[in-house]
Amino acid sequence: MTAIGTDTIEGFGSTDETARSWLRIALAVALLAGLAAVPLVANDYWLNAVLIPFLIMSLTALGLNLLMGYAGQASLGSGGFMAVGAYATYNILLRLPELPLPVNLLLGGVISGLVGVIAGLPSLRIKGFYLVASTLAAQFVLEWLFNQYGWFSNYSTSSSISAPRLAILGHDLSSPTGRYLLTLATVAIVTVVAIRLVRSQTGRTWMAIRDMDTAASVIGIPVAAGKLKAFFVSSLVIGIAGALWAFAYLGTVDARSFNLDRSFQVMFAIIIGGMGSISGNYVGAAFMILLPILLDHVGGAVFGGAIDPGQLENLQKALFGALIVWFLIKEPRGLAALLSRAWTQLASRFER
Amino acid sequence: MSFFVETFIGGLLAGVMYSLVAIGFVLIYKASGVFNFAQGSMVLCAGLTFVTMRDRGIDFWLAGLITLTIMVAIAIAVERVVLRPLVNRPQITLFMATLGLSFVIEGIAQIAMGASVHELDLGIVDTPITVGEVQVSQFDLVAAATAGVLVIALSIFFNWTRVGIALRAIADDPLAARSIGIRLQTLWQIVWGVAGFVSLVAGLLWGARQGVQFALTLVVLKALPVLIIGGFTSITGAIVGGLIVGASDSLAEIYLGSLLGGSVSTWFSYVLAVGFLLVRPTGLFGDAPIERI
Repeated sequence: MTAIGTDTIEGFGSTDETARSWLRIALAVALLAGLAAVPLVANDYWLNAVLIPFLIMSLTALGLNLLMGYAGQASLGSGGFMAVGAYATYNILLRLPELPLPVNLLLGGVISGLVGVIAGLPSLRIKGFYLVASTLAAQFVLEWLFNQYGWFSNYSTSSSISAPRLAILGHDLSSPTGRYLLTLATVAIVTVVAIRLVRSQTGRTWMAIRDMDTAASVIGIPVAAGKLKAFFVSSLVIGIAGALWAFAYLGTVDARSFNLDRSFQVMFAIIIGGMGSISGNYVGAAFMILLPILLDHVGGAVFGGAIDPGQLENLQKALFGALIVWFLIKEPRGLAALLSRAWTQLASRFER
Repeated sequence: MSFFVETFIGGLLAGVMYSLVAIGFVLIYKASGVFNFAQGSMVLCAGLTFVTMRDRGIDFWLAGLITLTIMVAIAIAVERVVLRPLVNRPQITLFMATLGLSFVIEGIAQIAMGASVHELDLGIVDTPITVGEVQVSQFDLVAAATAGVLVIALSIFFNWTRVGIALRAIADDPLAARSIGIRLQTLWQIVWGVAGFVSLVAGLLWGARQGVQFALTLVVLKALPVLIIGGFTSITGAIVGGLIVGASDSLAEIYLGSLLGGSVSTWFSYVLAVGFLLVRPTGLFGDAPIERI
């Protein structure tokens, strides 16, 4: 059994299910169209406080899932890589303002990816749980770096800096709708690329490494290159997500919003959603982002003013923790497995 | 030179405090293969319970006894509710479950006993002792001595009692141990109970030093590099790792911190730990797993 336990995940779907996969693609397109139409009906609160963080968290989870769920390398450095993406994008926007925004985001991601490769170097020698602990080093060093040196934040006097205006080809994206569509487009594109990637040679190499790296190296799979590639791609995606988190969600670049708690949140998202599953990232991110908001509203409605807000916060924290433990116990392969069972039932009803 | 020695000794003694928390991890890791992130909240919970009772004017030993009872009750509940259903699950799931558990313990402890900072006075005099030109904190010496006694007691417990031997059998091969009639569940409860006791001691000492408050849970993050350096499975490793982390941390803060602009101690021990891992991937005293294809 691998230390992070991805051995129960199925690698590939069978090829005789073409009809079903067409159905799946049609469904995905319909879902995307539906999401793109959301700004027509939703108000700014929903876009700003619910949908944008949910989409960005999904993207971050996707990044970590490529590394952890597919390549089997557990990491708690996600917050750090998000910070690298955010600060890199900020500095590129600041210093090379003539570059278009998409190129900018991608460059920020690539820089984060390269940092990820460096942080991934210990994985060539350290395995399993020790690797989790060693990626924490990256998290703490990066967090410290951005707080300590003013160059990264353009010598701003406050520790958080406001993000520059977002625009593509002259279209202003700073309205909630604009930021939402930017996020949605990025998430959609990265998801398609990620799906192609995990079904390619690279993805198969990753899964071989995940299932047993000693065996993989014995049959001639380039383990070291595969691991570093996984760190690169994963940090690239997480870096882009970090840039979006800073620019499209918070509107400020602040190292404190990329602390260890963020790394834990991302890891919770993929474990609750389902490791080694693309759709699991969205379900897990929804759980991590929506549940606290829901608890907040329910708590406010039930107790509203009857008990101290600090106590309410503690209560929510305890309840949230209990729910996490409960889901970990009840659904070993993540909520994605639950959805997948529902999907199979639905599809078989269609075929009949 | 005497400044260097003073920093070094101060660091070593602070390191003993880290070891104290790390020992709790090692106990649970050895017995159930769980990296128990909730150890920090157990330290907080023990400290809070004790200090709340002292504030109500309950006698020192009675308060200690009641706190210990509560910690053991928590240990048994954790085994029943969390660990038993998660048996045979991957390590990372167990780790995340204990992280969720830490939210629950912290939340409930603060609901029941408040979130304000409590002073805790154990009656240890904290006047520095001067040896030659070096000043040493008396409180740190007492803490170090306590940790030393605790380690010796635990070593005796785990090496010479029936429970200890059964525990080593479980750590070695859980299936074989169960097949000869060792009761896994009971042992887990005992070990979590002992870990509760260790966190009580750690909670008292840390609480007396910096006040009983939420920041106590952050001690976990200092204990992690200690474990990486010493290895997850060795009590000796936890002590040696703690000494290394404590000493190098305070030296780095003084000598490296002035070069880089301060607060290097947030990450220095982690980088040091990675350095150790690159040379010895399972820590100084950890067991190397055998891989078969």
